[in-house]
Order: sequence, then C-alpha cells, then structure tokens
Amino acid sequence: MLLSPGEWQAVLLTLRLAAVSTLILILVGTPLAYWLARQRGSFAALIEALVALPLVLPPTVLGFYLLLALAPDALPGELWQTLTGKQLAFSFSALVIGSVIYSLPFVVQPLQQAFAKVPDKLLQAAATLGATPLEQFRAITLPLCKRSFIVAAALGFAHTVGEFGVVLMIGGNIPGETQVLSIALYDHVEAMDYGSAHQIAIGLVAFSLLLLFLLYRDRGWRIGR
Amino acid sequence: MNQLALHIEHKDAAGFCLSISTEIALTGVTALFGPSGSGKTTLLNCIAGLRPDITKANIVFAGEAWQQNNNHAESWKRSVGYVFQDARLFPHMSVVQNLQFAAAHAATKAPDMGQVAQWMAIESLMNRSPESLSAGQQARVAIARALMRGPRLLLLDEPLANLDRSAARECLACLARINKENDLPMLYVSHQIEEVSTIADHIVLMDNGRIREQGPLLELASKLDTQLAEDEAAASLLAVEVASRDQDYGLTELKVDGQSLWVAGDGHKGSTRRLRVPARDVSVCREKPRSSSIQNILPVTLLEIRQLSNAHCLLRLQLSQQCLLARITRRSLEDLQLKTGDSLYAQIKSTALLGDSL
Repeated sequence: MLLSPGEWQAVLLTLRLAAVSTLILILVGTPLAYWLARQRGSFAALIEALVALPLVLPPTVLGFYLLLALAPDALPGELWQTLTGKQLAFSFSALVIGSVIYSLPFVVQPLQQAFAKVPDKLLQAAATLGATPLEQFRAITLPLCKRSFIVAAALGFAHTVGEFGVVLMIGGNIPGETQVLSIALYDHVEAMDYGSAHQIAIGLVAFSLLLLFLLYRDRGWRIGR
Repeated sequence: MNQLALHIEHKDAAGFCLSISTEIALTGVTALFGPSGSGKTTLLNCIAGLRPDITKANIVFAGEAWQQNNNHAESWKRSVGYVFQDARLFPHMSVVQNLQFAAAHAATKAPDMGQVAQWMAIESLMNRSPESLSAGQQARVAIARALMRGPRLLLLDEPLANLDRSAARECLACLARINKENDLPMLYVSHQIEEVSTIADHIVLMDNGRIREQGPLLELASKLDTQLAEDEAAASLLAVEVASRDQDYGLTELKVDGQSLWVAGDGHKGSTRRLRVPARDVSVCREKPRSSSIQNILPVTLLEIRQLSNAHCLLRLQLSQQCLLARITRRSLEDLQLKTGDSLYAQIKSTALLGDSL
C-alpha cells in the first residue's frame, strides 16, 4: 500500500491527536473516575450522566455546540485568543478539546468501575500501616487497576482515531492541521476515489482490530474486565 | 498517663449502641472478650481511626489526643498496628513486599525483618504471593506485617480464628513473647476463652456495646457473677510454680499456694506458669477419698455458691490465696448439703498448663 504524502500527513496527525488526547484523558479522567467511584447522590449522578453523554448523542450535536463555544466571539474562544494570540476554532487544539470530551466516557467508565472494585478493606489496612490516601492510591489502587488503565488508554486512543462527526464540525479540513484520517477518507469518497478510500479504510479496520484483539487476549488480570 | 482513655457514645443506623467509658492500661495484653455483636471490633476500629463517622468520641493514647469528637487524627497518623480478622494482605505484593510496605511507613524504628519473620515462622514464605498461602500462613504474615509497622499499640481482631490448634498455640506463645520483649501493649479481641486465658493480663468483658467488667484476668476468672462464669468452658486460672519432674510417669509437680499438683507435661523448674482448671472438671467431696484415680485432691473452703441453671451450680473454692471454680449439679449440692464456709476436698480431673509467661 502506497500512501501519498498528504495521506501520510493525515496518518501522523491522527496519531498525534490520539496520543495527546489520550494523555489528557488519563490525567483528567483518573481523578474524575476516582471521585465518581466514591460518591453517591444526585450531584455525582448528574456528573456521571454528563460524562456519559457522548455515548448517546450524535457527535454532530457535540460538534455543533463546541463550534459555537470555540468561535472567536464566544467566551472560551475569545479567552483562548487573548491568551495564545491564535484562533481556537479550526485548529489542532480545538480537535484535542473535542476529542477529550468525546472520548471521556471511554476512559472514565472502565477506571470508575475498577476503582469501585478495589476493596475498602485493603485501603483501611494500608491506612493503619501508615499510608496517606495518596500513598494508598499509588501503592494499592494504581497497581490493582493497572489493566483497567491499559483498557481505558487503548479505548480512548482508538476512539479518538475513529472519530469523525466532531472533527468534521470543529476542525474543518485543513491538511497538516485538522485533516485526520477519517476526514481524508470522507474526502476520497466525495471525490469518488474509492481506491484511496479503501487503503485508509482497511488500514483503520486492521489497526482497530489488532488493538482490540490485544486488549481482549490479556483479559482477566486482577481488577478490571 | 500511660493509658488509653476511651469515651465513645454511638448509635448506628441498625439501632446498635456502643457506650464505652474506660481507661485501659498500656501494659501487657488486654483482652476484649464478649459474644459476637458486642461491639469489640467496632471499638478496635474506633481506636485505629477507621470510623470517622463516629463523632461522639474521645480517644486519648498516652496523653496524645487521637480523637476529640469531630477532631479526628487520621488512621495513618496513629501509630497502631492492626491485625484484621481477615488478613487483608495486599494481593499484588509478595509476602516480603507486604512487610516492606509496613516498614516503609513505620511509626517508630521498624523492627528487624529477619527477626520478625523468624518469630512468626514465615521465613520460607517471603517470596510467595498471599494468594498461595493457607489461611493460617496468611494470619501469621498479617501479624508480622503489623509488627513491621513499629506500632506503639497492637490491635488484634481474632487473629487466630483461622489457625488450627497447634499453630494457634505457637502463635500465641510468640505474641506473648513479643509483648514482653518489646514492651508492646496489645488489645486482643477474642471470644475464645482458651486464647484469652493464655495470653491476657487484663480482661475487658463486653456485652451489647457496653463494658460489663474489667480487671486483672486471674482475679476476674475466679468470680462467679461474670459472663466468664456462665460460659460452658468456665475455668479458674491459677498462678503456679514448677517444682519438680517425675520422669518415669512424665508428670510435673506444680506448687499452688504451697500445695502440690501433678500434671502431665513439661515446664522449666522454678518458672511461673498459668494453670487453667475447667470448672466442669472439678468435683468436691466432704471426706478425702482414699482410693481414687484422681491424683490431685486439695483441701479447700467453700466461699460462694451460684446457681447457673435449674441443673447446675458453680462453686467458688478457696485454696489459701487463690480460688478454684467447680461446676456441679444442683442435686449434688443438695445431697451433700453444701453451704458456704464448709471445708471440702476438691478433686481436679484435668488441667491445662498454659503458655510459659505470666
């Protein structure tokens, strides 16, 4: 399979977007999932519902509202422009923001389930042995949930690679800046270039299949699926 | 100063009331004894700081306030070691890593790991994973881990519940030695009177969330009006001295208040031991029997009689300083026309020489 330089650019951009988004997702998702795992009550349920929203909403709905929010005349977009001097809409940063929101449930949910399964009894034992909550998290929760972190990161990564609707709405189609693989594929189909479309499509299928296969093959390690 | 002051009032959602107000001396082993559901574990959890929901409590450890109502020192700041009933070993760490975890957070200087491992007989298990251990091995590792914390107070919640008899006995002996050698006060929760008799110096009798009585074990064990006396396994405890040994018959002579008792078993000559005499294995007669298979017959004075049920009575018999308990039927009591002040002979059928410390 030979990809054109433009397509290679799209591949690299997609991988970069997925990597940056996954990193942010783990950093944001871990405390959020930990908090959700330990809370009961209506407020926590509302936050949980908000996190899960991207699972059920058409991505275009999310993309539409993000587009409005990131526009230079909206407050977030304006703030960004003041701080960085660059426009937020139709930029790589906008894609990252969209991806993080869109893939949040794929990272938060497995982590939340894993955290909830760590027995309180073990944390109590660690506390009586002198470990502060942070040390308990590092020494007990984190290693026991290792597999769920791998699952969460892989799902977040794969889901970001596979997103389309949000990117279409807020990213536009700027090669090297916002043209990711799924958009490039869409372009090829629009242009009736089915051969090139095939190359990208089969590549995405193979990548996703391989990733999920690797994940499910090692299932059943400790807490987590 | 050197005591643990506990004042706790708590009513939980299920209606259970814990109402405690006491001071416990921080020396030796104090047993918390009582039926299940009497609040023993809840009390340990309060002391360990695992019940932040209980806000009406004052806990002062050797002058150091651990809790004053809502003001609550976190668990990790209290220098307790806690041996839970379920061992609660960390499943993703090997035995040695579990011990290292405790040592890394030691409250005082962590004890020598090799020494602790030897005490608890876990040297050969160090690289095993907790899942691969038997329940008894897990219990021993849990005790070792709590010791590696270098605690100033060791809390033990039925730590021997999963051990077989001989392993439990070894473990008890070990705990008793650690208590003495390291001057480490222990609070020992149990509903096994045998365990308590072996290891405890003091006993706190709990029932239904309250403390019914507390004091030195040897004293409380010979009283008739405690829940100890009502227990089927009620027994008196005697401080005895090992006097001599009869090699031919494998018997050891013990001196109790100046009188001799012969028991099977071994003991260091001159050492002080604790002898447990089950009340149901003591009978009384008015005249000294001339030919009896029972070797141990001691002159006693009947001090007190308590009717336990329609069928049984418990007698408190004075040797010269210490007391024996005898459990006899109410019919025998009436046939022999026993009354307090009578001079009698107590026949002791069986005894058990307990751990080597007193």
